[in-house]
Amino acid sequence: MSNAPVDHGRRRFLTIATSVVGGVGAIGAAVPFIASWSPSERARQAGAAVSVDVSKMEEGQLIRVEWRGKPVWIVKRTQEMIDSLPDHENRLRDPESKEPQQPHYAQNRHRSVRPEFFVAVGICTHFGCSPTYMPNEFAAQAEGVRSGFFCPCHGSRFDIAGRVFQNVPAPTNLEVPPYMYTSEFTMMIGEDEETA
Amino acid sequence: MKNLMNWIEYRLPVVEKMKIHMTQYPAPKNFNFWYFFGSLAIVVLVNQILTGIWLTMNYEPSAEGAFRSIEYIMRDVEYGWLLRYMHSTGASAFFVVVYLHMLRGMMYGSYQKPRELLWIFGMLIYLVLMAEAFMGYMLPWGQMSFWGAQVIISIFGVIPFIGDDLTLWIRGDYVISGATLNRFFALHVIALPLVLVILVFLHIMALHEVGSNNPDGIETKRDNDGTVPAEAVSKFEFHDNFTKGGKKVIIDSIPFHPYYTVKDLVGLAGFLFLFAYVIFFMPEGGGYFLEAPNFELANPMKTPEHIAPVWYFTPFYAILRAVPNPLFGAVAMFAAILALALLPWIDRGKVRSVRYRCGLHKLNLVNFCISFVALGILGVLPATPLYTLLSQLFSFTYFGFFILLWFYSKNENTKPLPERLT
Repeated sequence: MSNAPVDHGRRRFLTIATSVVGGVGAIGAAVPFIASWSPSERARQAGAAVSVDVSKMEEGQLIRVEWRGKPVWIVKRTQEMIDSLPDHENRLRDPESKEPQQPHYAQNRHRSVRPEFFVAVGICTHFGCSPTYMPNEFAAQAEGVRSGFFCPCHGSRFDIAGRVFQNVPAPTNLEVPPYMYTSEFTMMIGEDEETA
Repeated sequence: MKNLMNWIEYRLPVVEKMKIHMTQYPAPKNFNFWYFFGSLAIVVLVNQILTGIWLTMNYEPSAEGAFRSIEYIMRDVEYGWLLRYMHSTGASAFFVVVYLHMLRGMMYGSYQKPRELLWIFGMLIYLVLMAEAFMGYMLPWGQMSFWGAQVIISIFGVIPFIGDDLTLWIRGDYVISGATLNRFFALHVIALPLVLVILVFLHIMALHEVGSNNPDGIETKRDNDGTVPAEAVSKFEFHDNFTKGGKKVIIDSIPFHPYYTVKDLVGLAGFLFLFAYVIFFMPEGGGYFLEAPNFELANPMKTPEHIAPVWYFTPFYAILRAVPNPLFGAVAMFAAILALALLPWIDRGKVRSVRYRCGLHKLNLVNFCISFVALGILGVLPATPLYTLLSQLFSFTYFGFFILLWFYSKNENTKPLPERLT
């Protein structure tokens, strides 16, 4: 043991330097543990876009396709449904789709690329339930509106363009996923001109 | 033999620790019914760990195999049904016991100085227990496992800016999937039980440092300054740790062992009657312990008609739903739990036990119980406008308990405290 006087400055420097280096090491060591919780490569692959043929769809029909494990609805709206969209806009929370719940090309009254085909993620924006499609019997939920979507979990209501009504728990319109037409009656769900 | 004991004792003072924590640990002599639930919680914890380990022996943690392996356990594994029902009923029993244990603390002011840290550890145990129960409920991979998790995880999605990325990170996929199930399994069987056991240990250590409160809420360790009448002093031998070498005298107390171990055994027997009744005659707990949709395989494309969390979460779920804005709803829900944790500082009173506090406090405690139970009931029911209004009303009275308490406890009109335990 050396009896040399303690150099406090040097001791403090070494303590701080060791702590900093150790702290950086600890942060570095935490990276794999935290990052391993992110979606794996396989999960990301499974989240790729889905191609759908809508040529066989009938008027008023709703089909579900799975994209990223979520139910995506495609509704072929009747002309009557499209024409009825302006009628109840004073009862909607966000009739002009100002909230970013859709790609910019679906930010219009019918919330779609083409008026007749409505594409949306079929999950209620309140707490993730799947609303029920009511093509003709929606008036029981919203007076004077013939068709729409009703969420049985907490009673949220959406019109046939997925626009949310006022005074329901759901805060925003239904989400419209990115999609594009690859031909007249084929669409690609999950991918559009910008992301492709 | 004696030499061996001494050899061990010198290296690891087992006998000494037994004296400090059991045979020479002073416990107030007037513990009543409400004091069963601490030891019962430990019994249930042991039950959960034991049956849980046995369940993992046949459980398959994957989206494809989980539901099937539960059916296998229920139908083909010898006594598998019993082990599973002990575990699932144990989860609900845990919350029954813990809620009564917390109510005891609130009635007798067990959270007040110097037991604030003890209370905080208790609240941490409660939080971990909720996480543990939530993740455990997901493992059977039934409809309610899936959709309950969907609702609970999307609560984190309301956090501004990071919400979506956070939920993606928690799920490990764009939806709840096998990846989510597997990580919850790992947390449920290893990580959280470890944390839970450590917290329980700290809870008991913190308790034994300050000693148990009692239904009168008065101090049983007095300064040995000659003012304590001789007949009040306990005749038992207590460890030096508590008498501080004669500086303190301990009144109206008995050693934890054998007196309270035996008393707790009576409580245990009573508890086991009820526990066994549920396991054998109503293992689904009337649809509240195991919900009906959970007997159906998880289906991401089909939402059950009505999603309600398991009963022990419903008071907070009702508060979440009572607020129209999801972000503020989530904040209110966490605030409801935080308010409980801050009770030692919200209550500014000097008198602990409800027995000697003002009439308003008694009413307020009743208000708290009614609000909590009413929210619990409302949380199970579908959100109709009337029920939402009622949820808002009882959320208001729930928080009202804490606000009122803060105001009247400062200069409370209390009754005189007794000199000795009654």
